Amino acid sequence: MSMREKIEQAAAAYPDQRSAIMPALVIAQKEHGHLPGPVLEEVADILGVERIWVYELATFYTLFHTEPVGMYHLQLCDNVSCMLCGSEKLLAHLETVLGIRKGDSTADGLFTLSTVECLGACEMAPVMQVGDDYHGDLDVARLDALLDSLRAAVGRVTGVEHVAQPLPGE
Amino acid sequence: MYEPVLLKNVEVANGHLLSTYEAGGGYQALRKVLGEYTPGEVVELVKQSNLRGRGGAGFPTGMKWSFVPKGGDKPKYLCCNADEGEPGTFKDRIIMERDPHQLIEGLAVSGYAIGAEIAYVYIRGEYVAAIRRLEQAIAEAHEKGYLGKGILGSDFNFTVHIHCGAGAYICGEETAMLESLEGKRAQPRLKPPFPAVAGLYASPTVINNVETLACVPHIVTRGAAWFRGIGPDKSPGPKLYCVSGQVKKPGLYELPMGIPLKELVEEHAGGALPGRKIKAVIPGGVSAPVIPEHGLEVGMDFDSLAAAGSMLGSAGVIVVDDTTCMVKVATRIIEFFHHESCGKCTPCREGLNWVVKVLRRIEAGEGAPGDLEQLDMLCKGIFGNTFCALGDGAAMGLRAALKHFREEFVAHIEERRCPFH
Repeated sequence: MSMREKIEQAAAAYPDQRSAIMPALVIAQKEHGHLPGPVLEEVADILGVERIWVYELATFYTLFHTEPVGMYHLQLCDNVSCMLCGSEKLLAHLETVLGIRKGDSTADGLFTLSTVECLGACEMAPVMQVGDDYHGDLDVARLDALLDSLRAAVGRVTGVEHVAQPLPGE
Repeated sequence: MYEPVLLKNVEVANGHLLSTYEAGGGYQALRKVLGEYTPGEVVELVKQSNLRGRGGAGFPTGMKWSFVPKGGDKPKYLCCNADEGEPGTFKDRIIMERDPHQLIEGLAVSGYAIGAEIAYVYIRGEYVAAIRRLEQAIAEAHEKGYLGKGILGSDFNFTVHIHCGAGAYICGEETAMLESLEGKRAQPRLKPPFPAVAGLYASPTVINNVETLACVPHIVTRGAAWFRGIGPDKSPGPKLYCVSGQVKKPGLYELPMGIPLKELVEEHAGGALPGRKIKAVIPGGVSAPVIPEHGLEVGMDFDSLAAAGSMLGSAGVIVVDDTTCMVKVATRIIEFFHHESCGKCTPCREGLNWVVKVLRRIEAGEGAPGDLEQLDMLCKGIFGNTFCALGDGAAMGLRAALKHFREEFVAHIEERRCPFH
């Protein structure tokens, strides 16, 4: 399905096209990796809504990226439960081994490092989201192993996200 | 020994599949209400159960439903608040990942009760696994005739759509969520009108939390008296408690409403980590005022915690031990609220910015005499003066930290350093 078809299908769930802007931005970001101006304008045109409505959502909600992000977006939770379980040490470690500060991307475009507010997985704190997946009960050794596996997977993936891990019970 | 109800399927292999849910008696509540109850009778049943909203505010669910006008030419909407952004909370995610049909049945029964044919589940975008599971479960339920047109041979039509959030805590506030569903920035609306009268697309709308909706099928099959018989009469039912932080066994625990916080933390969650002592517990997500160790006998229900100066909130129980600096915890909490402030009203937007600056300099050992009085003044300026509860939650939390752990704040200022570093 083309991006237009996917967006039109998503819009059918609502009586008002404006409601479909958020789902359309999710679809567009999956397609393009991030949401530069021309993509936002395309979304507005597909839905037939004001461009400013699309711009304001793309800049209000933190999961939308108007700037490029790395192939792997490391989103380390630093809210209270994760902080109590050592997220600061993990952030310092990531900054050292990747050679970047939080908010930045590695020069090879592989990693972007961010801290995020509560991911809603505090039972496995400290936790980090990478693409679609949550990685919990992290320590420095597990973090290193995770980075290695992400680097090793580069050759095998085609999109922004790597292969989703099965949930417990699958 | 308490027998779990809400988490019955969670540890079961393939608990997310329709076949598992049906084998455990799933969708019998929907069958029962469609065959035997008028919508009004379902509302009455839920009123009788004393079910109170599990999202945080604890408003009586049956009463909320009864505010929806009967008849009228506008469609009615049911919205499920699955945005779960309150730090320390993860119960709704686990229900949706492991037992999504429990939520879908709750939605269908509740939709029938209020006369809604469409439900939107507003689920935070980070919950990719939960979204995937819920999508699969909705498709399964359609195939088996639990959703769609003429459900189980009745004249009830009902469809569930998923709407993904995109990283805004404020969407947990119900009117901000409605704005977001309408494709706008999530900023709270002025009330009245209340959503039950004019909510989504200015139509009558009920917004319920995931856990609240998950309780509904059990009330139908087991009865209102069963539900009221668990925990305190005015705040009853099975309850999901999310325990995290500096504790031996963090996790999701289903226990009766009203169990002592101390029992939850010490017995069920295993107590403090080896060699440490529990200093304080945040009982209901970071909006809930912190409770010092000597107050842990309090019952975990809406009324007992309110009487103790805190709140049950989302039952996100965060345990803090004696190795942790409370100024640092308070700073991190206020930084969160400041980051998530939608910017609509001045006391929240500017007040929290100011509070963050003062807290950061105290934690860095650069606090000045008068800083604590300034924090007191700022809390007073924010509390009760903001558009929605976000600012109130921030101010209440900080006030409790200043009250119970003032000596730690004073030590930072007097010693010009953090005593924990």
